[in-house]
Amino acid sequence: MSDSLFDVRGVTFSYDGVPALGGIDLSILRGERVALLGANGSGKSTFLRLLDGLDFAQSGTIDFDGRTLTPGQLDDSSFAHDFRRRVGLVFQNPDVQLFNATVFDELAFGPLQIGWSSDEIRTRIDAVMESLDIARLAARPPHRLSMGEKKRVAIASVLVIHPEVLLLDEPTAALDPRSQSEIINLLSGWSGGTRTAVTATHDLSIVEDIADRCVVFESGRVAAVGTPREIVQNEELLHRTGLLHAHRHRHESGVVHSHPHLHRHGDHHH
Amino acid sequence: MTAAVIHRGFVEKTLTSLLHALERASSSERLAEQRGLLQHVDARVKLLGCLALIVAAAVSRHLDTLTLLFAAIAILALVSRVPLHLLTRAWAIIFVFTAAIALPALFTTPGQSIATVAGIPVTLQGLRSAAFLVDRVESATTLGLVLISTTPWPQIIAALRSLRVPAAVVLIIGMTYRYIFVLLRSAEEMFIARRSRSIGRLEGAVRRRMATATAGVLLGKALALSDEVYLAMQARGFRGEVRTLEELRMRGRDWTAGALFTAAAIVAFWQGLR
Repeated sequence: MSDSLFDVRGVTFSYDGVPALGGIDLSILRGERVALLGANGSGKSTFLRLLDGLDFAQSGTIDFDGRTLTPGQLDDSSFAHDFRRRVGLVFQNPDVQLFNATVFDELAFGPLQIGWSSDEIRTRIDAVMESLDIARLAARPPHRLSMGEKKRVAIASVLVIHPEVLLLDEPTAALDPRSQSEIINLLSGWSGGTRTAVTATHDLSIVEDIADRCVVFESGRVAAVGTPREIVQNEELLHRTGLLHAHRHRHESGVVHSHPHLHRHGDHHH
Repeated sequence: MTAAVIHRGFVEKTLTSLLHALERASSSERLAEQRGLLQHVDARVKLLGCLALIVAAAVSRHLDTLTLLFAAIAILALVSRVPLHLLTRAWAIIFVFTAAIALPALFTTPGQSIATVAGIPVTLQGLRSAAFLVDRVESATTLGLVLISTTPWPQIIAALRSLRVPAAVVLIIGMTYRYIFVLLRSAEEMFIARRSRSIGRLEGAVRRRMATATAGVLLGKALALSDEVYLAMQARGFRGEVRTLEELRMRGRDWTAGALFTAAAIVAFWQGLR
């Protein structure tokens, strides 16, 4: 069995003639945690959708476990069943993902599509709700949840099927620091070396916690690949790809100066 | 210092009112979680019971039966802790609208004249027809209010599923309720954003043009959202077939409530059609 789970070769994609991806080549290994870094509009979300078989490459190919993702392939019931069972996508906007009447129904949706038994579904939902500390929300409708709760439920709705691959689109966006920290703890403990995680983000402060390898996107192309440390230390690359901004700080001495923002807020720096 | 006056157009006011109405629907969800007579009865029993009583009210040929039925429904609402102010407001609004529709019947229905208004005779038969209409609508609406005030929306959805209403229909109803909050909130934010960048009062034509443009943008957002939601469903294995998890179970008190609803409906039918 090849170690490569996703093989992406020369993939291009455009929206109504506007290029979003311009020739991506990338392999994602089994059990690997990959962060897709890039500024807004760099193609990260589109790439995730292609990996999840929701959109399809206009040229080039994406192979999942040796089989090319095409509309025809995803129309095949047995492949679609296997693929949806193994790959889960958490959307950036939880309002898109939470379309059921209650949190419980939301968590039951994926397992029902896969065809699990009622008892199996209930057992699995109970376990996931407990692990994400959302059991108290089971009967609540999604519109009565806070943004942090919605994000947790959105993640739970995918984790409930116990996927082999987790694709996450900006999982910490629009969250308060505490909710961000909870999500990062959840993601950093999720893979355990056996499952694959691909996370699209532009938050440099979380990549070392959630990724073993970073892929930097720039205008729909791969600008760099490296370890989180290599990437966050490459100031020129980060400036060029819009991932770095000058950050004004007032020190205790009263001195105010600007410098690139590479670290987490609260870290000691000079 | 001059007082700031905020002018809001008709469309904006309507959308804001709708949003507030939906937020009140959220508060009725909280009401449904309280301890009242009907709150702990199975949603299917309430749904079918209310439906049977609505039909009984609709077919009743006797005003006294209808009035007794309305009184019984009002008592049921009160012991189920539906707030009196909510009931009286609903009754008043319904009375105004239904009376407006029933008004011509007072003068146009042939029969025994009992009074004269502006030289036009009001007939006893016309008054009875108007009373029938108002009574039926008040009874039916109160039952609907009792149902939604004592049953969380997800349970109504589950009851519809359980009663074999087509799964696709139930899914559409559930998603409509889910996303109408999102879209109305979005519309309200668009109006607020526009107001924050407007100076002075805009002319009516300009306001109407902007409202039309906003409606167009909102439609575009709704379409984009529907595409996204469909993708999210596909991503979790949805392939066009709606599958659901049966979760409602009838308990002793549900059977008792079902029997009482059935008895009430039989008496209402019997008395109404005698």
